[in-house]
Amino acid sequence: MRFVFKRSYDDDIRWFRHRTQMMYYLVLLGLAVALPWLLDDFFLGEATNVLIWAIAGMGLMLLTGHTGQVSLGHAAFMAVGAYTNAVMMQRGVPFIAALPLAGLITGIVGTIVAMPVLRLHGIYLAIATLAISVLAEDIIIIAEPFTGGVSGLAAPPIELFGMQVSRYGTPTAFYFITLVVLLAVLFAYRNLLRAPLGRAFAAIRDSEVSAQAMGVNIARTKAVSFGLSCTATGLAGALLGHFAGAFNHETFNIVLSIQLLLMIVIGGLGSIHGAFFGAMVIGFLPQVIAIGRDVTSSLFGLGSLTIPGIEAGVFALILVIFILFEPMGIYGRWLKIRTYFELFPFYRKGMFKRQKSYLKTERTR
Amino acid sequence: MLQLVVSGLANGSVYGLIALGFVLIYKATEAVNFAQGDFMMMGAFVTIWLANSHYLGLDFWVAVPIAIVIMAIAGYLLDLLVVRRLFGQPQIATVILTIAIGFILRFGAGAIWGHEPQWLETPFAGREVRMFGLVLGLEEVAVVIVTLILTWSLFLFFRRSKLGLAMQAASQNQLAAYYMGIPVKRIQSLVWALGGAVAAVAGILFASKGAVDPSTGLLGIKAFAAAVIGGFGSLPGALVGGLIIGLVEPFAAYALPAGYSQVAPYAIMLLVLIFRPAGLFSQVQKKKV
Repeated sequence: MRFVFKRSYDDDIRWFRHRTQMMYYLVLLGLAVALPWLLDDFFLGEATNVLIWAIAGMGLMLLTGHTGQVSLGHAAFMAVGAYTNAVMMQRGVPFIAALPLAGLITGIVGTIVAMPVLRLHGIYLAIATLAISVLAEDIIIIAEPFTGGVSGLAAPPIELFGMQVSRYGTPTAFYFITLVVLLAVLFAYRNLLRAPLGRAFAAIRDSEVSAQAMGVNIARTKAVSFGLSCTATGLAGALLGHFAGAFNHETFNIVLSIQLLLMIVIGGLGSIHGAFFGAMVIGFLPQVIAIGRDVTSSLFGLGSLTIPGIEAGVFALILVIFILFEPMGIYGRWLKIRTYFELFPFYRKGMFKRQKSYLKTERTR
Repeated sequence: MLQLVVSGLANGSVYGLIALGFVLIYKATEAVNFAQGDFMMMGAFVTIWLANSHYLGLDFWVAVPIAIVIMAIAGYLLDLLVVRRLFGQPQIATVILTIAIGFILRFGAGAIWGHEPQWLETPFAGREVRMFGLVLGLEEVAVVIVTLILTWSLFLFFRRSKLGLAMQAASQNQLAAYYMGIPVKRIQSLVWALGGAVAAVAGILFASKGAVDPSTGLLGIKAFAAAVIGGFGSLPGALVGGLIIGLVEPFAAYALPAGYSQVAPYAIMLLVLIFRPAGLFSQVQKKKV
């Protein structure tokens, strides 16, 4: 256990709590940079997938984890990012300009959508965003001249500094592009949380009434949060488009929206770490199930046993277990384990116990 | 044209019934059961399993009550064993939990009954009624009548009976309901049982009209639109919302180019949400200070 004495406000908003913590993250960064030389191409592709999920997860985490607004429609914004990026590149915009522009446009679209929708609360908001996700699928089909309709679009090849980058041709280069985008989003996110705007987000999550009393403009702050969240999600969508190679309206269906939300809940709401943990679960689960299937079939001699839809089923089961037994997600469990060792032998069971609470109806507000 | 209206009404009744399930559970527990559509799918499959000749082959009129009872027990147990653990937590926790349960039900139904579409063998399949110079399918008329009766009796149940009032009280303020001697948790389990039973009825009606497969539960999203249009928390509102969507769908398909018609229900819902956020039959009252 280290005791950090905070002597000024600057101490409170520093990037790292102490030097050792900084070391840990630098080691992690070094590991991420060295990854292409440690893994073969297949697993590097999987790692890239996890990074893309983590970018999208950070986007949704900002909105749901830090501003407290649940969205079941973020696949729609991934679609906006993917399509604007691909369409611009087809019209000759270079990748290095198209990617940030795709993020920006998604952010603007998100803010515009947010203005009417964010007047709703809690459950109504979830349903309205769900409708947006369903609508987006149909709109993609209708807007055929841009989106290619049902047959979808193929992401054009990336040209960067005179180099051809594609997922299968040069997986290492694609991995580094994803990593750079991820670090940029992470940097912006972490900084945002230290800034007044990020504090305003947290205030809205914890109590809208108190936030308003402290002078936070609720409607505007929520819309900004939605816009920023959509920007990150749009970037992830653009990268996903390149990662998948070709995509159509079914790539960004409602199930993807739900998966995004479930991912950050499993990871742990309200922490950046949670987005990464959740991304790892969702990225590696299909592999784990495939390996588990091989093991069981070789143990019992069942031959190749395939059950359709088992991924979604297992994923949902994990989620149910987490909500019931560890509502704070993987990050919450990690926090508890760490506290246990830091305080050893003074850890008490009730330290993370939630206060008993009772619901009141939202219909009389 | 009138044919279109009647089939729209019949479709709308099924949406309305699923929406009724949402509203029931919302009205009494303040939680939203995102798995209601999958409940309906399970109800349909349980009935098919009981009644169809290549499964158990029971008589239709024996199979229906058994299916309803099975689904009611399933609803009760689900609350008792799983959902109750989230008692007093924010709504959104239940939302996420029920989404996950929906996934599991879809996976389970697919593993047990396969992914092929199946039909329910009913005694009134293919028969016709002549009314006002129209030829209508008997099952469509039955769907509309059953839905109306069910909605009306549930409405009376919430308005008049002691249990119904206790359910409303339990949702409005859990702590206050406890003080008034209402066993809030047991009431909640009961309402989940009721939700399961309503889902079973919806499933039976749906399966007698058309094919069911495990992803039928996604129909629940449309039923959401219905519940929201009617105003979450209002039983007649849910039915009206369902009927509106049921009617809009065929006419949108008739009048608009292909592709636009699927958008119509959700577009209506978004408009209602934006201009009348609490729905047509609003339950929201501003608190006076």
